[in-house]
Amino acid sequence: MKRSPLRDLIVGIFVLCGLVSIGYLSIELGGLYYSGPAGFKLIATFDEVGDLKPRSAVVIAGVRVGQVVSIELDDILRARCELDVDPNLELDVETSAAIKTAGLLGEKFIALEPGGSDEMLESGDEIDRTVSALSIESLVGKFVNDTGLEGD
Amino acid sequence: MIENMGYRSLVVLEHLGKIAQFALRIVVCLLGRPYRIRRIVADVYDAGVLSLPVVCLSGVVVGGTLSLLGYTTLVRFGAEEALGALVGLSVIRELGPVLTALLVTGRAGSAIAAEIATMVTTEQLDGLRMMSVDPVDFVVSPKALALLIVMPLLAGLFIVFALMGGYGVAVGLLGVDGGSFMASMEGSVKFWNDVIGSFSKAITFGALTGLIATYRGYISEPTAAGVSAATTGTVVVGSVAILICDFFLNGFWGV
Amino acid sequence: MSEPEEPEFRIAFDGVSLKRGERVIFDGLSCGFPRGRVSVVLGGSGAGKSTLIRMIGGLQRPDSGSVRVAEQDITGFSERELFKVRDRIGMLFQGGALLDSMTVAENVALPLREHTRLAEMDIESEVDRRLVAVGLSDTGHLYPRELSGGMSRRAALARAIVMDPEILLVDEPFSGLDPINVRRIEALLVDLNRHLDLTLIVTSHHMASSLRMADRLVFMVDGIAIAGPPDDLLKSADERIVEFLIAESDSFAEHHELDVTPLMDRRTTPDRRKNS
Ligand SMILES: Nc1ncnc2c1ncn2[C@@H]1O[C@H](COP(=O)(O)OP(=O)(O)OP(=O)(O)O)[C@@H](O)[C@H]1O
Ligand SMILES: [Mg+2]
Repeated sequence: MKRSPLRDLIVGIFVLCGLVSIGYLSIELGGLYYSGPAGFKLIATFDEVGDLKPRSAVVIAGVRVGQVVSIELDDILRARCELDVDPNLELDVETSAAIKTAGLLGEKFIALEPGGSDEMLESGDEIDRTVSALSIESLVGKFVNDTGLEGD
Repeated sequence: MIENMGYRSLVVLEHLGKIAQFALRIVVCLLGRPYRIRRIVADVYDAGVLSLPVVCLSGVVVGGTLSLLGYTTLVRFGAEEALGALVGLSVIRELGPVLTALLVTGRAGSAIAAEIATMVTTEQLDGLRMMSVDPVDFVVSPKALALLIVMPLLAGLFIVFALMGGYGVAVGLLGVDGGSFMASMEGSVKFWNDVIGSFSKAITFGALTGLIATYRGYISEPTAAGVSAATTGTVVVGSVAILICDFFLNGFWGV
Repeated sequence: MSEPEEPEFRIAFDGVSLKRGERVIFDGLSCGFPRGRVSVVLGGSGAGKSTLIRMIGGLQRPDSGSVRVAEQDITGFSERELFKVRDRIGMLFQGGALLDSMTVAENVALPLREHTRLAEMDIESEVDRRLVAVGLSDTGHLYPRELSGGMSRRAALARAIVMDPEILLVDEPFSGLDPINVRRIEALLVDLNRHLDLTLIVTSHHMASSLRMADRLVFMVDGIAIAGPPDDLLKSADERIVEFLIAESDSFAEHHELDVTPLMDRRTTPDRRKNS
């Protein structure tokens, strides 16, 4: 219990180093945050989202511009995703949203592709044109079905 | 023989019950009073700062070894860009928290058990009781809390040093491209599954080690043999408990 | 042993029995310790003196019988209830029981820091005062491992009295002390007893100082206690006391110019020896 400033200092530095390393792992490697500008809400509804999750990336032309906030079922049993993207983007109403996969088996993300309309999307609007996730499993299943290779 | 086994399992059950009560007492002590900051800082120093060298060194060595072994396998499939993912995932998900916990149990857990057991032997805990000071409050709970605090911090440092070791060996020794190593690692490590899972494990192990070390010291016989039994018991029971706990946590977090 | 008069007992044992494993330590022990007096507990090594002291502090529970401390039967008390009783008790352990991770001054200050809201300055001056009283000025900054056995026992005594307890239990305060410090500690204990109306219980092998201090003697023999005023007990014909006195007779005689030959005579009487 003796006061020992040096020891207190060392303990402080130790705790700081530990926290920095945890922070590094979380933010840098784990991709905890989309740290860019945000606040512009969009809704996109898909038949199939695969293993898209809240916090999955939203990208335009490969550049990350936002993240998925939530995924819920709507009343006709489609997956309704709420996106949070950079409000500085000028997205028109013909913008389409597609669920894509990084690499063959990698993470799912939503790719937005701007259309050619003059009318702009407002925050909270819904994106009409959506392309659902292609799952390897269903592709393989389809291939197996089509070629009649399925076992009995 | 069978009777003996029955008796032994009863003893184990009895200890489990007592450990649960002991844990409750520690929690009550930690919640009930203003924290004993000075004692906790001293115990964090003993358990954490003094464990730093062994944890960091082991981290570098483990990361380097992993790179070396992983490379020889992956290169056969021409998949050496995946080395970053392999090192990153195995260190973060599994080796980081588990090895850190084993090292800390061996280094700090055993020291804490020995210290408390010595205090039992020399009547220091009885001395506290006679001054109307609860030894669980004064001695045990700061130490248990210190291990809980220290474990995720050390695991974080272990992981960072292991990744540095892995990167060093991969890039410096094996000639893997540094950029692709990092990209493959960053691409495969996910926050919710991997990073959160890793630190949840570390915190769980910290609580487990803190509890086992303090309990084992607290119940020790007041003899020199009692002190040594407390030390060995902490390392053996603590390590096995960590591995078993890791197995169930892996099941829980999914693969 | 019948009591000549019934003094007011601050602490009373009633039919206390205790077994550790196969070994019977107390076998229906009954005795009392009067308020505001000095009681000295005598008995051979292993007679159960430390155990008796620990029982008064509630550190050891009897198998049967009751222990009353300050008008309360503490036998069934929970740890929390015991803390209330212990607030009034100071205790010096046979081994000192100083916390070895703290300095002497921090050890002595510990009860003050835990149970009072005194300012740091007041705590320091209080600690200094107590350390001077036990003859350990200028050792506050040392760690217990840097003290000799006698020094750490004195430091522990300073810790035991720092809260001005009503009841002070001291286990072997004189063992390992030089004659000057024996006198000093003896004077300190007597002084505390006289001025603070302290109920003092001392265990000791040190006959000379025991007899100088004692208002009452308690002999521990064969798991029971034989208690009474010193004069009565010393003149008593109980052979178990005689046995003990003879063992201590050398130093005893030295300090009291007492003729031990009658004791020796009694000892050599065959029918007195057979029960021992
Ligand atoms: N933990 C224990 N287990 C078994 N027996 C014990 C234990 N502690 C003490 N005893 C026994 O209790 C008896 C009394 O011990 P105690 O320490 O009270 O003796 P004492 O009178 O203080 O002796 P000394 O003068 O040497 O200090 C001893 O005979 C000892 O064998
Ligand atoms: Mg003793």
